[in-house]
Amino acid sequence: MPAVEPHSVLVRVTHWVNAVSFAALVTSGVAILLAHPRLYWGETGAFGAPSLLDLPLPLVLTGQSGWGRSLHFLAAWTSVLAGAIYLLGSVVSGHLRLELLPARRDLAHAAAHLWPRRPAATSDLAYNPAQRIAYFSVVCGLFPVMIWTGLAMSPAVTSVWPWLVTIAGGQQSARTIHFAAACALVVFFAGHVAMVVLSGFRVRMRGMITGRRQVSEGRA
Amino acid sequence: MSLITRRRLITTSLTAAGVSGLAVAARLAGRYGLIPPDSGGLYGVGETLTYAAQRLLTSRHSLAREFDRSQISRVAPMNGRIPDNDDYQQLLRGRFAEWRLEVDGLVARPTSFSLAELKRLPSRSQITHQACEEGWSFIAEWTGVALSDLLAQVGVSTRARYVVFYPFDTSWDSLDMADAWHPQTLLAYGMNGRDLPPGHGAPVRLRVARQLGYKSVKYLARISVVDTLADVGDGLGSASPAWGYSWYAGI
Repeated sequence: MPAVEPHSVLVRVTHWVNAVSFAALVTSGVAILLAHPRLYWGETGAFGAPSLLDLPLPLVLTGQSGWGRSLHFLAAWTSVLAGAIYLLGSVVSGHLRLELLPARRDLAHAAAHLWPRRPAATSDLAYNPAQRIAYFSVVCGLFPVMIWTGLAMSPAVTSVWPWLVTIAGGQQSARTIHFAAACALVVFFAGHVAMVVLSGFRVRMRGMITGRRQVSEGRA
Repeated sequence: MSLITRRRLITTSLTAAGVSGLAVAARLAGRYGLIPPDSGGLYGVGETLTYAAQRLLTSRHSLAREFDRSQISRVAPMNGRIPDNDDYQQLLRGRFAEWRLEVDGLVARPTSFSLAELKRLPSRSQITHQACEEGWSFIAEWTGVALSDLLAQVGVSTRARYVVFYPFDTSWDSLDMADAWHPQTLLAYGMNGRDLPPGHGAPVRLRVARQLGYKSVKYLARISVVDTLADVGDGLGSASPAWGYSWYAGI
């Protein structure tokens, strides 16, 4: 009964730091959004000016954005720091190139892996093509977009790097892209959790927590 | 057994190194003005990281974006209410002819400025973006005196670390010297080519271009230069932390 280590310490620790950060970011993000649940395109936007989208959310002006902002920035720091450590470690160890970067043929084979399957007792839980594409686009696509558009809303940061906000098409555009990318991350999160539950919750959680996988014969 | 001892030794020395490293970092951060006044508590960790990172990143020469006159917003909402106390209401009725801005604290020449005297100082106009912490924003042209010009006029002590702003309402606030000396930090008396409207903070409001709107204190009455915020109000640097909002709003 061989013990397989599907996930390195780097992956496991940064995964859970980011899981907690993500929960905090979504919660606090909603708290901030409720202070003005309207989205705009361009530099400016306010009540009385045309909106791009009026979100079907209640307007809450009772100071929920105060703790919301404090928690949002704290969680952004833990998420970005853990993400930076993960990315740096993954580049150095080859995890990014060997295990995450989708190959061209993965694109064709991804569809076959969209249906959840319990891992065989002998499998090493290597990422399948669908996982590679999903994780790679989150790590190298959605997360960088969140960081970019988050910084593009900062009047202090954009005084040093104004291109952050000009390439977004304006401060309100950056806010709208930030919201859209957050929605995409929530969709990914829902799919990710559903796949974990449907494809062997215990074995996959154990793999991500202890890094070990000991499955007795016949129980797989 | 020796393995456990060695492991314990390594863990203990790593912990000790980490703790002393943090202590040294905190000491250095304190000396170089990288700790905000509301640095306490769990959220204070995030506030401190943001403030320190942005103080290291920005300089006095990094300017908030300025816009073209054609980009000025048609809609410029006003948050909050005009102060309803008698002092302010009386000044408003007199079109601020009797209004004075007191400047005191760690300055060589404590001075009181009338609106006409402020307007005789070199004026500066800038078209900048102002975002409310709630999420909305507008672009407007602001005209006024650069705070740095006013500070130079009264002679600021080398001990100065913060400038405190007292308005006619309770929303007092403060800036560190980096923002106080910043060329875009204005004492604005004009907006979009006209006198500053009452709802936007007449007769004079602060404009801090590199922070969220709530740092731009309206209805100014007094400015005080200090070396510590510990004994001002509840020691957190502004009225905002009591409402749950951070002192530094460069986000």
